[in-house]
Amino acid sequence: MKLRTAFLISCLIFLVGCNATPGTWGWYVIDPRTQSGYNNIRFLLNGFGATILLSVIAAFLSMAIGLMVALPGMSSNRWIRLPSRIYIEFVRAIPLLPMLFWVFYGLPVVLKSMGINVSIDAFWGAVITLAISDSAFTAEIYRSGIQSIAKGQTEAAKTVGLNYRQTMRYVILPQAIRRILPPLANQFIYIVKMSAFASVIGMQELTRRANELVVTEYRPLEIYTLLILEYLVLVLIISFFVRWLERKMGSDESR
Amino acid sequence: MTKTGDAIEISGLNKWYGDYQALKNIDLNVAHGERIVVCGPSGSGKSTLIRCVNSLEEHDSGRIVVDGIEMIDNESINAIRSEVGMVFQQFNLFPHLSIMQNLTLGPMKARGMSKADAEERAMRYLERVRIPDQAHKKPSELSGGQQQRVAIARSLCMEPKIMLFDEPTSALDPEMISEVLDVIVDLAEDGMTMIVVTHEMGFARRAADRMIFMDHGEVIETGTPTDFFEAPKTERCKQFLSQILQH
Repeated sequence: MKLRTAFLISCLIFLVGCNATPGTWGWYVIDPRTQSGYNNIRFLLNGFGATILLSVIAAFLSMAIGLMVALPGMSSNRWIRLPSRIYIEFVRAIPLLPMLFWVFYGLPVVLKSMGINVSIDAFWGAVITLAISDSAFTAEIYRSGIQSIAKGQTEAAKTVGLNYRQTMRYVILPQAIRRILPPLANQFIYIVKMSAFASVIGMQELTRRANELVVTEYRPLEIYTLLILEYLVLVLIISFFVRWLERKMGSDESR
Repeated sequence: MTKTGDAIEISGLNKWYGDYQALKNIDLNVAHGERIVVCGPSGSGKSTLIRCVNSLEEHDSGRIVVDGIEMIDNESINAIRSEVGMVFQQFNLFPHLSIMQNLTLGPMKARGMSKADAEERAMRYLERVRIPDQAHKKPSELSGGQQQRVAIARSLCMEPKIMLFDEPTSALDPEMISEVLDVIVDLAEDGMTMIVVTHEMGFARRAADRMIFMDHGEVIETGTPTDFFEAPKTERCKQFLSQILQH
């Protein structure tokens, strides 16, 4: 109900803007009733595909890397634990933007010096950066989720003969996943928002398109307002999907 | 020093938690088919002792041999665990799996049994603990007593030679204690080797071949149930018995 009200109010602002005197609001720039406004909107909305694809791939990679980092991080052997700890502390300390520059401009040089000749385009540069920088956080989420499953579950699994891998797969992870889903969803939303940084290395996603349009149209207020609404819609859709998933997984299990 | 061919041979067992010594130089032999009840005040090391038998706790020094296998490395620990079943105070059933899946997980994944064989075996043991009709429910839908009987059946599905019970009735409502103890007595009568940590003295009189009383990480007194209850030798044991039997 609240949401509908908020939506109506934002529509109202939009419409009021369309009819206001020039000099304050200039919604004409994205007014779908005019040909140029319609073209501008299409140009902006076409960024959705890239933003979504980038975020989804980065999120899946981050979840996979995070698990691979988290599991050895919980070993009783400190030499197995150490590399995982170092990775988390190191990656967590690097701001996203410098890491993006390093991966995009620096990593190809490093790879070339190792004899690997690959060029990293803006899309994969952004995917790698987002995945790595987020994986340190997902690793910590996995760790807290797994450690919250009672020690008794691991012991019971041992007494029925399961090895470590089987214990994780059949006993611990299925229970942990329900607890780590909400924080993982948070991280996914974070990735979607941070994907805006990909614009600075030339990736044609939502923010880059908005920037390019601002440069030609000189209407930053209206275009960035729409940009924010675009992210809002995206994040709300993710939130609803996650709620649905949580309900679905929670209903299987009364405990 | 140790008789050969016993189900469990423990000698010179020590266990520390930091500076605190939980087990002090324990020697204990359990013959095949012998039923032992371990009692003692809380913190006396009785749970730690049986948890060392299947290496849920690592001991610091001493020798543990289970069914002829000496506990020395991971391989021997796995071999020992496959001979030893364990039932916990808190049941520790897998809450996300059905009763049937709880019972078949070990046989299928650890032993590579087919689903059909594992389910047939599971039904056999569910009948034995008298709850075959609950197979498709989740653990949380069962009463505490039923959950503990499922836990016993889950252990039996691995067909162990030795069963360890760590205060199996301490987390149960009073009216459910006997249904669990009946199942354990039933197992005892079938000749299963078992060590039971419990304060249920009625059960001990009924089922135990030998009583062990522990305090502060040491075995203070051992004896047949009759001797133990009628004529305790040590002061600490007398005191303990008077405390738990006065109700």
